[in-house]
Amino acid sequence: MHRYITKRLLLIIPTLLGAAMIIFFMLRLIPGDVCEVRLAGTGLFVDEAEIELCREKLGLTKPVLVQFYNFVSGYLTWDLGESMWTGKPITHEIAIRFKLSIQVAIMATLVAVLIAIPLGVISAVKQDTWVDYVVRSFSIAGIAMPSFWLGILIILGLLIGSQKFFGEPWMPPIYYVSPFEDFWRNMSQLIWPAVATGYRYSAVVTRMTRSALLEVLREDYIRTARAKGMIEKIIINRHALKNSMLPVLTIVGIEFAFLMGGLVVTEQVFNLNGLGRLFVESVGAQDFNLTQQLVMLVVLVAVFTNFLVDLVYAWLDPRIRYG
Amino acid sequence: MAIAQTAIENIVPEETRDPWYVQFWGLVRRQPLGAAGGLVVLIMLFATIFAEVLSPYDPEMISFEHMLVAPNADFWMGTDAFGRDILTRIIYGARTALFVGFTAAFVGSTLGLILGVASAYFGGIFDLVVQRLVDILMAFPLIVLALAVVATLGAGTLNVVIAITIPFIPQCARVVRSSALAIREIPYVDAARALGFGHSRIILRHMVPNVMAPYLIMLTTFVGHAILLEASLSYLGLGVQEPTAAWGLMLQGGAEEFAESAPWVPIFPGLAITLAVFGFNLFGDALRDLLDPRLRAR
Repeated sequence: MHRYITKRLLLIIPTLLGAAMIIFFMLRLIPGDVCEVRLAGTGLFVDEAEIELCREKLGLTKPVLVQFYNFVSGYLTWDLGESMWTGKPITHEIAIRFKLSIQVAIMATLVAVLIAIPLGVISAVKQDTWVDYVVRSFSIAGIAMPSFWLGILIILGLLIGSQKFFGEPWMPPIYYVSPFEDFWRNMSQLIWPAVATGYRYSAVVTRMTRSALLEVLREDYIRTARAKGMIEKIIINRHALKNSMLPVLTIVGIEFAFLMGGLVVTEQVFNLNGLGRLFVESVGAQDFNLTQQLVMLVVLVAVFTNFLVDLVYAWLDPRIRYG
Repeated sequence: MAIAQTAIENIVPEETRDPWYVQFWGLVRRQPLGAAGGLVVLIMLFATIFAEVLSPYDPEMISFEHMLVAPNADFWMGTDAFGRDILTRIIYGARTALFVGFTAAFVGSTLGLILGVASAYFGGIFDLVVQRLVDILMAFPLIVLALAVVATLGAGTLNVVIAITIPFIPQCARVVRSSALAIREIPYVDAARALGFGHSRIILRHMVPNVMAPYLIMLTTFVGHAILLEASLSYLGLGVQEPTAAWGLMLQGGAEEFAESAPWVPIFPGLAITLAVFGFNLFGDALRDLLDPRLRAR
């Protein structure tokens, strides 16, 4: 097991290096850089020399390979460079937004799992009845519905609903407060984006729970349990559900790794100052330094989540032993 | 002689095939959800082709007399902040969505098809390098990779198509490769080699037709993904640009403003996106049931 863990951890390095290479060179394929955007974007006459000076300052005049070397070696010294746009260190830009994004991500996962597992179980137990059809339509809709539209609808509903019942419109607070400072204020801000992102997430998990449980319910030991007269509730909860959780766990892990994608749009809808928003802004401003670091962060989260899922797998199912 | 005779006697007269409409109804009854999805796809195609005839107004015509009109007999879905008819923009938006969706899905899955088959056929170092690349690209969430491409190329309809195409290539290559690996082991590929056929002929004429099923399934699923992705990018202001009619673009602007002045503005475009993605997903699922023999056996 220890050997396996070490091997997997070592394999992460070439994956990250490859991702760094792809993102670094892709962003530099096309001419045009932050200096041009920043200076020429003002619409005023810009001196060519000034653009050159700006490039010099940001290190864009160095050979590409040297830039790449600096980019990669920065990880060893925890120096991720500076944002080309704001001029502040990227570690700082990420640190001030990380808490918010990770909190929404975890809450969205909780929302998704809390909705998905009961629904998936009901749907599987009542297979091919109207309950099953309602649950399945609910989850198909979740996959088709863009999360930003759901976000807009939630805000619309909150505003119009509060206007109707309390006489004045209520909006979730805009400024982030840590949950340890003011728990309810924090929740009243972040529960909505968590629901908007979590719905889509739950749709995927519901489908997986349903099909995994259906598969387990066909096993021999379930028939044996029924034959010896065990209560159906115990059969489902203790025998079937536990054994169907492995694929569900995988899909929860994969979707968590990709949650960042959902956050990119949801944070925009709810005006949250998180990593997704920062990413969109960095793309708009052609701030390559910031874009590539954020992409690397997302890849890192994805790779580590996959690794953790594999480990939890082996822990949950003793039959799985990695060589 | 006797054997030959019985063989001839045993030949069953060719089964008379049902006329196409009977077959079609059989298909609809077996796959009602898929048929519903197909209907959505057809409606979108229809709207795309006949947008000029169907839509009551000009999609880009700004009219200050009709700003934010609530839905009524003249404007079935109301008008937006520029006085443009929302129904018209939704019909034209179908054209944008379908253009972006189909182009990205077709190019992405076709490149993936070729890459996947070639990877399985050649094997060795080539396969290893391609698979590692695919692994790495699959670690990027779809929208993050697309946004990174937009960061390179800038916004605009054509760039959005490219941005959406690129993440599709590795996904399709992965799926196609696993099917192609099985086909590579079938003796007719060796036979073709022995006959002296070139690599490209074997790949294109002998292997590609046999992985059409996963390819077509990926293609339809990708169209749904691409429509959703295009809407997201346009919503973020990094996709299709004004004044082109696009569903994601129509949702831009603060929800707070909509709630006060015009709650109908964000409702219909969002419905259109949901319905379109819903349609393509159902259609893709039905196609998978029909084409994938492993799933059909269940």
